[in-house]
Amino acid sequence: MTALPTPEDIKAQIEASVPGAVVTVIPNSSPSAQRSLLLDHEHARDAALFLRDHPVLRLDFCSLTTGVDWLDTETSEKVKLKQLVDGVEKEVEETRKTKIPGYLEAVYHLFSMEKKHGPVILRLRTANRTDQTHVPSFTPVWRSAEFQEREAFDLYGIIFDGHPDLRRILMWESFVDYPMRKDYVPPADDPLAEVPA
Amino acid sequence: MSERVLDLDPVGAGDTEILEVSMGPHHPSTHGVFRMDVRLEGEKVVRLKPVFGYLHRNHEKIAEHGAYLAAIPYTDRLDYLCSMTNNWGYCLAVEKLAGISVPERAEYIRVIVSELTRFQNHAGLIGFLLQDMGASGTPLMYAFREREKILDLFESLSGARMMCNYMRFGGVRVDCTPAWLDEVRSMLAGLPKFVDEFEALLRGNEILMARTQGVGVLPRELAINAGITGPMLRASGVNYDIRKVDHYGIYDRFEFRVPLGDHGDVYDRYMMRVLEMRESIKILEQALRDIPAGPIMDPKVRLRGLRPKAGEAYGRIESPKGELGFFLISDGSTIPYRYRVRPPSMINLTILEDMCLGQNVADVVITLGSVDIVLGEVDR
Repeated sequence: MTALPTPEDIKAQIEASVPGAVVTVIPNSSPSAQRSLLLDHEHARDAALFLRDHPVLRLDFCSLTTGVDWLDTETSEKVKLKQLVDGVEKEVEETRKTKIPGYLEAVYHLFSMEKKHGPVILRLRTANRTDQTHVPSFTPVWRSAEFQEREAFDLYGIIFDGHPDLRRILMWESFVDYPMRKDYVPPADDPLAEVPA
Repeated sequence: MSERVLDLDPVGAGDTEILEVSMGPHHPSTHGVFRMDVRLEGEKVVRLKPVFGYLHRNHEKIAEHGAYLAAIPYTDRLDYLCSMTNNWGYCLAVEKLAGISVPERAEYIRVIVSELTRFQNHAGLIGFLLQDMGASGTPLMYAFREREKILDLFESLSGARMMCNYMRFGGVRVDCTPAWLDEVRSMLAGLPKFVDEFEALLRGNEILMARTQGVGVLPRELAINAGITGPMLRASGVNYDIRKVDHYGIYDRFEFRVPLGDHGDVYDRYMMRVLEMRESIKILEQALRDIPAGPIMDPKVRLRGLRPKAGEAYGRIESPKGELGFFLISDGSTIPYRYRVRPPSMINLTILEDMCLGQNVADVVITLGSVDIVLGEVDR
C-alpha cells in the first residue's frame, strides 16, 4: 500500500493539471477524518480522468456513488438597532434572517485497485434543489457509477449530464417524486399510507 | 468502456427475427424477484437489460428515521444469507464515525462468525449454480447439509438462524461459551472433507466443464472499471481483497491466501468460491486457536442514544459477495443524517449485459448464477 497524498496535495495537483479547475477541500470533523474535494461542474470530468489515469494516484475504482440532500437553511442573527420610540431613542433588538439555499450533492468514493490506497472523496453540488439539479456524470469515466447514478437520479432527482441510460432504477417508470429527499411527503393515494393503525 | 449493442432493426440481417423475452420476475433461476429484458436473435443474446426494484422498501430512508442502533436489525435483511457480515459492515462504519474501539475477544468472535458466513454463502452459491445447470437438488442438498450445521451454531450463539442481529458498534451482543467454541471446532474438523467431496463430485464432471469454461467471460480491465468486487473480481485476475488491503478488524493476524483466476469465466468464478472456502477454514482454525478471554463490549459506548460528532465516514468490509460499504453522515444528533449502503450485488450486475452478449440464452442463467446476487441487497 502506497501512502496517499493529502487532500490539499491532490487539490494542488488537479488545479495544476486541469487549467481553470476550482477545487475546494471540505473538512470532516469526525474521527474518521475522511475529507473530500468539491469540484466545479465544468472541469469535473477532466479532473476525474486525471485522477483515474495519474501514474501515482491511479484511482481506477469508483466504489460508492450516492446523493445527499441538503435542505434550505436559515441562520438568524440578532442585531441591535437604535430606534426612536415615542420620541425617545431606544435600543431595539431585531432578528435578521439569512436564507442559505439548499442543494443536492453527488458523492463519489474512489479507491485504487492497482496501488491499493484510498479513499479519495469527490463531491459535486447542484445549484439548487428545484430547477437546476444537473451535475456532470462520471459514468463515462467509471462504469461502476452507472447504476448508482441512476439510483441517485431515481431517489434524489439529481440529473447526471452525459449518463448513457438515465432512467429510474428502483421505483417504477410512472413515479413522479424523489422519495429520499428530506422533505418528501408520500402521496395521499399511497395504498400504504391508508393502512389503519 | 465496452461496446454496447443498441437498438437493432427489428428484423435482423439474416433470416431470423429478433425475439424479445422477459426472463423473470418469477423465474426459478433469478434467485428472487429479478427480471431481464432479453432480445434474442435465434438463440444468441443481442441485448439484455436487468430490471429490479420489486423488493425495494427504501431501507436507507428507514434507517434515516431511527437511532444508530435501530439500523442493525435492518442490515440483517439486506443480504439475508449473510446477516453477520452485514452487521459488521455497518458497525465498522459507525465505529469510524464515532471513534469507537473494539475489544480483542469481540474482534475474534467477529472473524469466526464472518468466516462461517462466508463458508455457508459460498457452499450455497455453488449448490444453486449447479441447480441452474441442471444438477437438480443433489449438490444443493450437500451444501445445505453443511449450512444447517453453521446455522445451528448461529442459533445457539445469537438466538436466530438467519436474522442474527448479533454485532454492535463497540463489540458483539453476547459472549460465546467455551462449549460453543468446542462445537465450532468439531464442526470445523469435518469441513475439509466436505470441500474435498464437493469438489471431487464436480471437478471431474465433463458436462460442468463444457457448460462453464469460456462462458460469461469478464475481462480484467472492465471488471476494475465497472467496480466489480469480491470473488467475481478475483476470478478475473485482480488481486484485491479488502481483508488484505484494509486489514479491518484483526485480519492482519491471520495467514491466508487470496485465490486468483485467470480466465474470468463462470468456471473460474465457481472455483474461486471453492478455494475461498478452503481459506476460510484456515482463518477459522487460527482464530479458534488464538481467541483470548476478555470483555466483548467497549463499556464506554452508549448503544442507545449514540450521538456522534457532525461529520461523515465510510466503512467497508469484504463480504462474501464483494465490497460491502456503509456511508454515514452525522449532523450531531442521535439519528444518521445520511445512511447509504454500497450493495456489492447490485454493482456486480452492471456488467451482466456485457458478459451475456453473443451467448446462448441458456448461458444467461448460469452467468447470472455465478454473479451471486441476493435481491434483498440489490433492491434494498
